Amino acid sequence: MTVLPYLVAGWIFLIGVYGLVTSRNLIHAVGCLAVTQSSTYVLLLAVGYRNGGTAPVFSDAPTDSRVVDPVVQALALTDIVVGATVTALLLALVLQLRKRHGTVDPDALSELKG
Amino acid sequence: MSFRFRLWVFLVGAAGFAVLFAVACFGLPAFGSGHHPYGVRAVRASLNHHTANVIASVNFDLRAFDTLGEETILFAAVLGAVVLLRQTQDERRKTPEPAVVHPRVRRFALLTLPLALLVGLYVIAHGQISPGGGFQGGVVTATALHLLYVASDYRALERVRPLTVYEIGEAAGEAAYVVTGFAAVLAGSAFLANVLPFGTLATLSSGGTVPLLNAAIGLEVASGVVVLLARFLDQAVEIEEPGEDEESGDPREIEKPRESQGPGKPRESEEPRGCGRPKESEGPEASGASRDDDNRDDKRE
Repeated sequence: MTVLPYLVAGWIFLIGVYGLVTSRNLIHAVGCLAVTQSSTYVLLLAVGYRNGGTAPVFSDAPTDSRVVDPVVQALALTDIVVGATVTALLLALVLQLRKRHGTVDPDALSELKG
Repeated sequence: MSFRFRLWVFLVGAAGFAVLFAVACFGLPAFGSGHHPYGVRAVRASLNHHTANVIASVNFDLRAFDTLGEETILFAAVLGAVVLLRQTQDERRKTPEPAVVHPRVRRFALLTLPLALLVGLYVIAHGQISPGGGFQGGVVTATALHLLYVASDYRALERVRPLTVYEIGEAAGEAAYVVTGFAAVLAGSAFLANVLPFGTLATLSSGGTVPLLNAAIGLEVASGVVVLLARFLDQAVEIEEPGEDEESGDPREIEKPRESQGPGKPRESEEPRGCGRPKESEGPEASGASRDDDNRDDKRE
C-alpha cells in the first residue's frame, strides 16, 4: 500500500499556500493560487487510479476492459474549468488594482487604503 | 500583520494541515485499488447510453445539470472580466502599431492556424467517442484564432474577430444548453435527461444529447475565451492610461486617416479609432463614430 501520490497532492497544496502567504506581487499570488488548486487535480486523479487501468474511453477498447474511475476525471475537468475562469477574473481584478492604486504589492495596498 | 508574523501563522497552520492530511491519507483506499463503486456504475450507465467516452457521459448525461452550473460559472466569469476590463473614462485608445514579424514565425503561425482550428472543431465534435469535448475543443479553437496575432498584428486579428459575434455566440451557447434541457422536458422526461436515440457505440451520432450539449459548450467556451482574451489584449495593446499618450502615441498614426476623411469632423470622434467595435459604455453617437472609423480603416488598406 502506497500513499505517495496523496502526499504529493498535499505537498503541492502547501507549496502553493506558502507562495500565497509570502507573495509580494498579486500576479504571482494568482499563479500560486493556480498551483494550490492543481493539488486537487493530483488528489482526484490519484483517488481514481486503478492498477493496470486504461483511460475510460471505449471507442477502441473492449467494453469489459479495466479502466480508471471516470467520475473523478470528470470532476478534475470541472475543477480545471472553474480554476481557469477564476484565474482570469482575478487577473482582471489585479489589472484594475494596478490602475487605481499604482501597485500590485498586497502589503503596499493595505497602507494606501488606511 | 508583519511578514514574520504571517509566516509563523502559515507555518503553524501548515504543520497542522500536514499532520492531519498525512493521517487522512493512510485512511484513504489504497492507491490503485480496484474498488470504485461510482466508477463502475458510471461506466455501466455510459455504455447503456452508447457513449464511448465515459467522462463525456458523466459530464453531459449523468451530471448534465452540474455542467450547466459549471457553464454558468464560466459565463459569469467572462461577464465579470468584461465589466472589470472595460475602458474607463480617463483612458483612451490608441491604434496598435503594425509589428515586425519574422517571416518564419509568420509562416509557421499561418500554417498551424487552419490545422489548430480543425483540431479544435474535431475535438468538440468527437467529444462523445474520444478524449476531449466542448471545454477542451473550445479552448483549442479560440486560441487557434489568436495565432493570427502571432502571424501578423493586432489589427489583423481584430478584422477577423468581430467581438459582437462572439459575445452573442457565448450567450447562444449557454442558451442552447438550457434549451436542450427543456426539450427533454417537452419530450416528457426530466430536465436535461438524455431523450434522443443513443445510436451505435463509438460512432459520431452516438450518445443521444451528449454531442449536442458538447457543441453548445464548445460554442460557449470558444466564444468566451475569445472575448476574455480580447479584453486582456485590449488592455495590453490598445488602451493606454492618461498621461501615457504623449510619449508613446505616434502622431503620424493619428494624422493619417484624417486626410482621407475631409475636414470638419469634430476632434472628439477621433478617439475610439481602430477599436474594431463600438464601445458599450458610450452613447450611440460615439459608437457610430467608431464604426465609421472601422470602415475607413478597411478602405485604407
